[in-house]
Amino acid sequence: MNHEPLLRATPSGDELKLRPEGPWTAANVVTLETLSRSVGADVDRSRVVTLDMSGISALDTLGAWVLEKLSRRAASSGRSAEFVGVADHFSGLMDEVRQVNRHTPAPAAALNPVLARLGDLGKSTVGAREDITIFLQMLGALFMAVIGVLRRPPSLRLTSLVYQLYRIGWQAIPIVTLITFLIGAIIAQQGFFHFRRFGAESYTVDMVGILVLRELGVLIVAIMVAGRSGSAYTAELGSMKMREEIDALSTMGLDPVDVLILPRVAALVIALPILTFIGSIAALYGGGLVAQFYGDMGPAIYIARLHEAITVTHFEVGILKAPFMALVIGIVACSEGLRVKGSAESLGRQTTTSVVKSIFLVIVLDGLFAVFFASIGM
Amino acid sequence: MEEPLDEFAIRVRDLVVGFGRQTVLDHLSLDVRRGEILGLVGASGGGKSVLMRTIIGLIPRRSGTIEVMGQASNGHGGGAATAWGILFQQGALFSSLTVRQNVQFPLRENLVLSQELMDEMAIAKLEMVGLRAEDADKYPAELSGGMTKRVALARALALDPPILFLDEPTSGLDPIAAGDFDALIKTLQKTLELTVFMVTHDLASLTTVCDRVAALADGKIVAIGPMRELLQSEHPWVRAYFHGKRSQMLQHEMR
Repeated sequence: MNHEPLLRATPSGDELKLRPEGPWTAANVVTLETLSRSVGADVDRSRVVTLDMSGISALDTLGAWVLEKLSRRAASSGRSAEFVGVADHFSGLMDEVRQVNRHTPAPAAALNPVLARLGDLGKSTVGAREDITIFLQMLGALFMAVIGVLRRPPSLRLTSLVYQLYRIGWQAIPIVTLITFLIGAIIAQQGFFHFRRFGAESYTVDMVGILVLRELGVLIVAIMVAGRSGSAYTAELGSMKMREEIDALSTMGLDPVDVLILPRVAALVIALPILTFIGSIAALYGGGLVAQFYGDMGPAIYIARLHEAITVTHFEVGILKAPFMALVIGIVACSEGLRVKGSAESLGRQTTTSVVKSIFLVIVLDGLFAVFFASIGM
Repeated sequence: MEEPLDEFAIRVRDLVVGFGRQTVLDHLSLDVRRGEILGLVGASGGGKSVLMRTIIGLIPRRSGTIEVMGQASNGHGGGAATAWGILFQQGALFSSLTVRQNVQFPLRENLVLSQELMDEMAIAKLEMVGLRAEDADKYPAELSGGMTKRVALARALALDPPILFLDEPTSGLDPIAAGDFDALIKTLQKTLELTVFMVTHDLASLTTVCDRVAALADGKIVAIGPMRELLQSEHPWVRAYFHGKRSQMLQHEMR
């Protein structure tokens, strides 16, 4: 009893007798491939090939296929090949293997790479247009939902709104505070370090105050909320879409925009200005601490300098942007959630898209606001 | 030829499995003969899938022994794909791989073979389960329920395992597709000489393809034997299962 498969080839004139022996199974695939390759030339030379199967101790689909492939090679171009001595309990498998791999599907025509690129470009252009359409549709649907609520205030989903506020507002406070505090401290440290060289340390306070209140506070908070809450919205709505919960809601005569999306977006619009305020204060506090321990500027002087440097306008510019950014994040997150298709993969993809897109739009929006505020002199 | 001596593919003795304070399987014993198709029935939530997952090694057991092909399983971690193939209820195809790559996955991970042979094997397996070579480049998300099950079966059989576990293979299929799938399992079982362990609720599958049926109730196997014998069983749960209104209607039609 051998444990290695063998293939004995006995050529006699035009004829070739092949006698496979031992276990022709997947476990010995390396040997099998070598064996079948080694007799390849002999097989091509012979007119009649006989495969004597009586020596095989174990056979599985892979072994059967390797033998079948040999016999097909032998039988090509008018020559002949036959199996003899196939044991009863292998005959079913051999018959099965005879049927497979009979036709090869036509390979997909390779596309001209330039054309393929152009095609991709066209597709993404159409995709971008679709994105804008979806954004505007969602904005319109939200607007209609708000009008509906204004007409009939009890139809507002108050419980849901409060719950979302708790989740994305209250629960976000610690992390938002921590990050903005660190950002404020870092800016202040950089300011002191570089301004010191030309003796303008006291202007660090101006820089920290204006930068944080006008731009950084709201931007950092919006980006964090997009990553933290926007992704959660997309994943939630997406999995609801996957499990047909949204369809169930529609069939009960309820509008998913009223029930699911309005409370979520409204919660964001309310929470983001509050988080921005908290974040800005935390950043100013961080700057103050650095001023005391790194810049040798006491709290009293820091606050007095801050008083001179910033006006309410700076604060207004920052806080006014917050609800608009919240709206963009909310709309993108919810509409991406509704675009989830059946598979778990698509849920992951839409969640990623949602975060990337909302962060991008938040920054674009911030740029537009900068132009706008500059032109009205704020 | 060395023919293994024992006639049993799977032997389960005094198996106890539980979660927390709840005992799901209570000193359960079950033998699956070599080359048979065994159907396992039981109440929903009654531990059918738990039994299957425990044999496979996905769920730890409290006590008892499990022997698969004469070898005691240690009870943790899944065995190699060479020992058994498993068809999960939802197919469990890897969604990021194409059908071809899904079928090739066990081959690629367990064997060293040329890409050419691997491609041929994948197509061969797909054709054996009744799919066409054209389907090989699709992704699982593009497949219908019946096709998903077939691809999953092809993947389970990729390495010609001696034992095949099926978890509700016909659930979610229409009667025609379910009938085809039953026939396919029967054919493959004959050609590849498989031992099939099938968890199912489908009375038609039980009647048409299963050599023996085991009934699981109260954490034990309360009856086991060919379908005819189970229909005679006096156990109250088995009677309720096979002689309920739905079952009666089906069996009546089949006679």
